[in-house]
Amino acid sequence: MIASVVFYLLAAATLAATLLCITRTSPVHAVIYLVHAFFDLALIFYLFGAPLVAAWEMIIYAGAIMVLFLFIIMMLELAPGGKPLTVDRRRWIPVLLLSLVTLGCTVLLIVLDPAAAGSGAAFHASPREFGTALFDRYALAVQVVSFQLLFAAVGAYYVGKGEPRARGDNP
Amino acid sequence: MIVPFAHVLIFAAILFVMGLGCVLARRNLIMILIGVEIMLNAAAVALVGGSAHWRQVDGQVFVVFLMAMTSAEVAISLAMVVYLRRRRGTLEADKFDGLRG
Repeated sequence: MIASVVFYLLAAATLAATLLCITRTSPVHAVIYLVHAFFDLALIFYLFGAPLVAAWEMIIYAGAIMVLFLFIIMMLELAPGGKPLTVDRRRWIPVLLLSLVTLGCTVLLIVLDPAAAGSGAAFHASPREFGTALFDRYALAVQVVSFQLLFAAVGAYYVGKGEPRARGDNP
Repeated sequence: MIVPFAHVLIFAAILFVMGLGCVLARRNLIMILIGVEIMLNAAAVALVGGSAHWRQVDGQVFVVFLMAMTSAEVAISLAMVVYLRRRRGTLEADKFDGLRG
């Protein structure tokens, strides 16, 4: 069955990208490889019949959280600079392999179309079904999570505001 | 379910252990946070796989809560990273060994 082959390919690509991510010395490279791993994970989520979660994986994880990481890395100038921008051919091999696997799996997913082929064969949660469960059964949890996000925003503002006091300033 | 549920769980476990290894082995605060992100995503894989296995939407709902929790955690921890960098001038986790604040 092609769908299971797509899953194993994507799982292998995710694990390879994650392994490359955790072994990089430069944090920028690590974040970019992790974004690639999240793309593969989003495709896996779509394959498992969770299109909305897949979209949010791309938008929130790859689009917002990882870009926030990049922003902090660049703001604090953590990336090792000063190296010449030579093109190392060996560095292209993992990038090309991962990109080709992701592209091939995307095309296969478009051709297979697990959403349409479902109808009993595979589980597929439509956004309507998903939203009903989220705002009906888990309405209280949504409220709690919104409080949590508010507290996090206040806490991040408090920690990040202004100049820090000098050491030994506090009693 | 297109693949056996055990394979999904094994995949999630490998991903989780990779994140755990990153947290334990790396000494840069940014890389430690990236390891935490990998572990949370492994949990998301297990939840979505369970959702597909039992044909219930609850697992996907929990992934949304997981994403909200991750956003909150990342906001706080990156603010802490900026604060520590300003205050101590380093992000090496081994340097933060004093409790005096």
